[in-house]
Amino acid sequence: MMLRLDRVWFAWHALTRHRGRAVLLVLAISLSVASVLVMTALGQGARNFVAAEFSGLGKDLLVMFPGRKETTGGMPPVSGNSLRDITLEDMDYLGQRLPNLRLVPLIMGFSEAKQGAHLRQTMLLGTSNQMQFTHQLSLLKGQWLPGDPTVDASVCLLGARVAQELFGEREIVGQWVRFDNRRFRVVGVFTSRSSNLGMDFNEAALIPVGAAQSLFNTQGLFRLMIQPLGGQAMPGLIRKLEQHMRERHQGVLDVTVMRRDAMLQTFNSILLTLTLAVAGIGAISLLVSGIMMMNLALVSTHQRTGEIGLLKALGANARAIRTLFLTEALILSTAGSLGGLLVGYFCVGVAAWLWPDFPIEVPWLATLMAPLAAMGTGVLFSWIPARQAASKDAVASLRSSQL
Amino acid sequence: MIQLQQVERHFLLGEQSVAALAKIDLQIHAGEYVAVMGPSGSGKSTLLNVLGLLDRPDSGHYLLDGIDTAGLSEPALAELRSRSIGFVFQSFHLIPRLSARENIELPLTLAGIAPGLRRQRVDELLEQLGIGNRAAHKPAELSGGQRQRVAIGRAIAMSPRLLLADEPTGNLDSHSGEEVIKLLERLNREQGITLVVVTHDPRLGARASRQIRMADGIIVADNQAAATATGDAESIESPSLAGPAA
Repeated sequence: MMLRLDRVWFAWHALTRHRGRAVLLVLAISLSVASVLVMTALGQGARNFVAAEFSGLGKDLLVMFPGRKETTGGMPPVSGNSLRDITLEDMDYLGQRLPNLRLVPLIMGFSEAKQGAHLRQTMLLGTSNQMQFTHQLSLLKGQWLPGDPTVDASVCLLGARVAQELFGEREIVGQWVRFDNRRFRVVGVFTSRSSNLGMDFNEAALIPVGAAQSLFNTQGLFRLMIQPLGGQAMPGLIRKLEQHMRERHQGVLDVTVMRRDAMLQTFNSILLTLTLAVAGIGAISLLVSGIMMMNLALVSTHQRTGEIGLLKALGANARAIRTLFLTEALILSTAGSLGGLLVGYFCVGVAAWLWPDFPIEVPWLATLMAPLAAMGTGVLFSWIPARQAASKDAVASLRSSQL
Repeated sequence: MIQLQQVERHFLLGEQSVAALAKIDLQIHAGEYVAVMGPSGSGKSTLLNVLGLLDRPDSGHYLLDGIDTAGLSEPALAELRSRSIGFVFQSFHLIPRLSARENIELPLTLAGIAPGLRRQRVDELLEQLGIGNRAAHKPAELSGGQRQRVAIGRAIAMSPRLLLADEPTGNLDSHSGEEVIKLLERLNREQGITLVVVTHDPRLGARASRQIRMADGIIVADNQAAATATGDAESIESPSLAGPAA
């Protein structure tokens, strides 16, 4: 049996005979491996990004919103499916029944903010002062909303960027801003420490939820944020909230209560699927280079018929010849894998340098699997050519051609 | 050493089955120098391939050193080729990308012999063949005679007891051919290697101690058959081959 080092030596020599061909093949494998790495790194970057977005928000935050995702199937209800709003009364009811909860109403809408000659599309958040705790808002100037937020009072706080763009360096607190033909007095300026899933609260204005109800002409809340303050267990709390809402809504559960991190999970699973999909595209390119490899190996087997015959005459058995050809495939795919790792990490490095805010990162599993898959494909696709080489008839091979 | 009993080998030429070897009986003793002659298509190359275990007979028995090769597996045959048989081809069959040294070393490498021992053996052979100064050259940089000497070095690297040469001088000029044939004869004479040469060349054939003439797959003349028949076979084995072949 040939020594392992000799096998590698011999296979290496065989490859250098067609240097250009070998280099091209290594390049193809490198690019496939690199593409898998870059694709999955982008996907992982997106997941990191989302995770970072959520990390600013309380992990223990529950969100209640109208409507229910039901996947139970069956007939749709005969009475139709009209949704009941979540109202401020519901909120009070929950607050009385379930102590130790921070309840933050939210009505959201878009409006044109007008100040003097300045116009700006602004996100309006009708809420209470409690939102500063659930969404990490901090005051830059002035004060929070005065009085009872459920009262329809014409006061507002501006997000830092809105304030800057409407007022510039001028004094803000005490000035008036017009939202949809209604004037609001600015009582303060706030900033947000985290952007909320791409919604930058610095671009928003805060008004009392009561004012938002009349401005947008709705009683229903867009969201009700619920934060347990007494360390209540989440699943139990969700059940209790649902139970109370069912009582409020004539025995029909038509609201959804979701954990914030459950939303993170949802995002995560969507992005993971996406990552796997793009990794799959990369894997297809791996498959293509595998087929290329097989094609070239078949050509090479044919061209080296004389050599195969000679090796047989010199005492190599079929297995030894098969191993030699597989060794060549392994050398090529190993070189391709290493090259791919280099290229892949280089591209990811460049991307990280170009977009420092985007947390691009090669998942370790991809670093491990891409080269292994490349080598696996290499050996797999060379199996048939190698077997063909090994089964060649020695006499015919010797006669067929010169070396 | 070699015993062929009723060996047959057929090939299909289109629809027709042609007997390359038709019930051949042949006995070759250790240390013999045999020339196989005959026109093209007479079956002499097939005979050589069968003797070299590259081809299996369709029927009959081939006993090498008393072992019936018909029952051996592919790896076992390869092992026998590796240990006992050396081939010299008309067109040398050197691997062009390997140096002279590496070509000679190849059978040792294939057999998994340690690099230290290989080096020693190849040095010995290069010296013996008088091509020590060409060791690092690729076949393309060698003359025909040198190439064939490298090929002979490769053939005897594993110290086989049977050397099969198919038109070893066919691609050489007469001077180089003469040198190569002298080298082969010296190996036969001094080391007792059994030498079977297939050739068209009657002058080359005449140098062998035994001539076998083939036509249409049968042996039509064997000047030693008579001697063998009279039990005189042992006399042709030179006393000097007491060594490995005994």
